[in-house]
Amino acid sequence: MVEFLQLILSGLAAGSIYALAAVGFTLLWQASQTINFAQGEFVMLPAFFVLVGMTVLGMPMWPSVLFALVLSLLILGVMFKKLIVEPMLPHGTLPLVIATIALGLLMKESVKEFYGATAQPFPPVFPQTVYNIAGASISVQDLGNLAVSMLAIAGLQLFLNRTRTGRCMQATAQNPAVAEILGVNVKRMVMYTFLVNAALATVASVLISPIYLAKFSNGETLGLVAFIAAIVGGFNQIRGALAGGLLIGVIDNLSAVYISAAYRNAVPLILLIVIILVRPQGLLGTSEGRTV
Amino acid sequence: MIPLRRLLVGIGVAALIVAPIGQGNYIIYTLSSWLLFSIAAMGLNLTLGYAGQVSLAQAGFMGIGAYVTALMTLAGIHWLFAAVASISACFLIGLMLGYPALRVQHHFLAFVTLAFNTLLFLVLRNEEEITGGSFGLVGMPRPDFFGFSTMKNLQFYYFTLVCFLLAAGVMWWILRSPWGRAFKALRENPIRAESLGLKIRRQTLLAFAFGSAFAGLAGALQSPLVQFIEPSSFGLIHSLKLLLMVVVGGAGYFFGPMLGAAVVILLPEVLRFTEGYYLIIYAVLVIVLMVYSPGGLIGLGRKLYDWMKPGQEARRDIEQGVQL
Repeated sequence: MVEFLQLILSGLAAGSIYALAAVGFTLLWQASQTINFAQGEFVMLPAFFVLVGMTVLGMPMWPSVLFALVLSLLILGVMFKKLIVEPMLPHGTLPLVIATIALGLLMKESVKEFYGATAQPFPPVFPQTVYNIAGASISVQDLGNLAVSMLAIAGLQLFLNRTRTGRCMQATAQNPAVAEILGVNVKRMVMYTFLVNAALATVASVLISPIYLAKFSNGETLGLVAFIAAIVGGFNQIRGALAGGLLIGVIDNLSAVYISAAYRNAVPLILLIVIILVRPQGLLGTSEGRTV
Repeated sequence: MIPLRRLLVGIGVAALIVAPIGQGNYIIYTLSSWLLFSIAAMGLNLTLGYAGQVSLAQAGFMGIGAYVTALMTLAGIHWLFAAVASISACFLIGLMLGYPALRVQHHFLAFVTLAFNTLLFLVLRNEEEITGGSFGLVGMPRPDFFGFSTMKNLQFYYFTLVCFLLAAGVMWWILRSPWGRAFKALRENPIRAESLGLKIRRQTLLAFAFGSAFAGLAGALQSPLVQFIEPSSFGLIHSLKLLLMVVVGGAGYFFGPMLGAAVVILLPEVLRFTEGYYLIIYAVLVIVLMVYSPGGLIGLGRKLYDWMKPGQEARRDIEQGVQL
C-alpha cells in the first residue's frame, strides 16, 4: 500500500511535467491547427540554453534560466511562428506536419553536434532531500515539480479566463473569423499562444532535466507522451491535457511495477488506441464541430 | 504528351536496367534498397497523396512483411509463398487497424498508426522466442526461380527491379481504375464525393489497406536483401522517413515517391562529406522545401514549368470554380 502511494505520487510528479508539454500542444492546435511534432524537442532544448548560460557565459543558475526563457520565447515562439508556421498554414496540415518533424530533427541533431551526445548533469531546482513518512519515501523534488507545474497551469487558466487578453485568445481559438470581426487582433493572439507554449516548454525543461539529465534525445519519448496525454485528455481542453498528463504519468509508473517493465511503454499506447475508439474527443474533451 | 511520357518511362526503365552493370556491391545494394523503399513509398502515396490519410505505420507494415518473410523462408518455404503471405498479412492488419481509426476521421488515423508502429516495435523486441528480440533474425536465403538463383547482388537487383516494375504496374492500374478515381475524388472533396454516392469510409479504408500491402511487399524484399533484420529498422523514425519520401517527392504524383526515395536514400551519401552535419542540412532543406513548395520536388518542377510557359496557365476564375 505504501509502495502504491509512493508510485502514485512520483507518477503525478512526472505526469504534471508531461501535462505542461501537452497543454502547449493543445494550445497550438486550438490557435492555429498546428500539430507540433517537435513538441518533445521543444522541451529538450531549453535545458541546453540553461547549460550554455551557465558554462559558456558563466552566469549563475537563475539568470541562466531567465536567459533560456528569453531564447526559447524568441526561437521556439517568435521564429517558429514567423518562419515556419505562418508561411505554411495556407498549404494545409500535411506540409506543416512534415516541417515540424524536420524541425525536431534539426533541433536534435544541432544539440548533438554542438553540445555533444553525452547526457549532461543539470542543476537541481529543489533540494535533493527525501523524507520518510510512514514508510513511504517522498522526495522534495517530486513535490516541488508537482507544485510548480500545477501553479503554472492554474496561472494559465486564470489568465485565459479572467483577463481580457486571455479571453481574446480563447475567442481566437474557438473561431478566428468571428473573433476578427469582433475586433480581436487574431494574429497577435496566435503569437501569444506560441509564446505561452515556449514558456511552458521552458518550465517543463527546467523541471524534468535534473531527473532525466539533459540529453539530445530526450524529446523522442517526451513528445510521444505529450501527444498521448493531449489526446487521452481531450484535444481541445486545457484541463483535458492536464488530466491526460497526470493519468499517463501514474499509469506509466504503475504498469512498470505491476505489469511488466518490458511492456511499460506499451500501456499508454494501448490506452491511446482504446480512448480513440471509445471516446475520440478524449476524456474531458467536447467534440469539435465538423467543418466543410 | 502521352507518347512523350511513354518514351520517358521507357528511358527510365532502360536506365534502371543499365545502372548497376559494372558497379561495386555497395552501389548495387543502395540501388536495390532504393527500389524497395520506392515500393513502400508508392503504397504510402496511395494512402496519403491520393486518399489524403496520414499513416505513420508504413515502416511497421514493412516490418510485418520482413518478419513474416524471414520466418517463413527460414522454415524452408519458398519466397514466393512467403511474399504472398506478407502482402496478405499487411492487407488484413491494415483493414483491422484502419476500420476503427477511420470511424473517428481525420488526424486520428495518424495517431492510431503512430501508436501501432511503436507497439509493434515493442512486440518485435520483447518476443524473443519468435523474433529473436533485439538480436534480430539472420541468414534469410535469397530465392531461386526455376534454377535462376538470386544469390549474387546483381541478380538480386534485377529480381527487385522486376518486383518494383510489377508493383508500379499494379499501382498504375489501381489509379486508373474506378477505385483510383474515387480515391482522388475523396482527396479533393470528401463531402462532395460522398454526395456523389461514394462510400467514402470504405474507399479510404481500401486505400489504406492497399498502401499497407505495398509495404508488405517491400518488407518481403528487404528481408532477403539485407539478410539481417532487427526491430529498430522498423521503428517510428523510419515511418517518418517514408512519409518524408512521399512528401519531398510530391504527394499525389505517380513518380513522386520514387523521386522522394532517391532523395532520402541518396542525399545522405551525397552529403557525407559534411560529416555529422548532414542531418542538420537535410532538415533545413526539408523545411525550406515545405515552405516554398508544399507539393514537393515534382510540384516545384511543375511550378517552374508553368512559370516558364505563362501562356499555359489556367484562367484564375476557372481554377476557382474547380475548387468549389
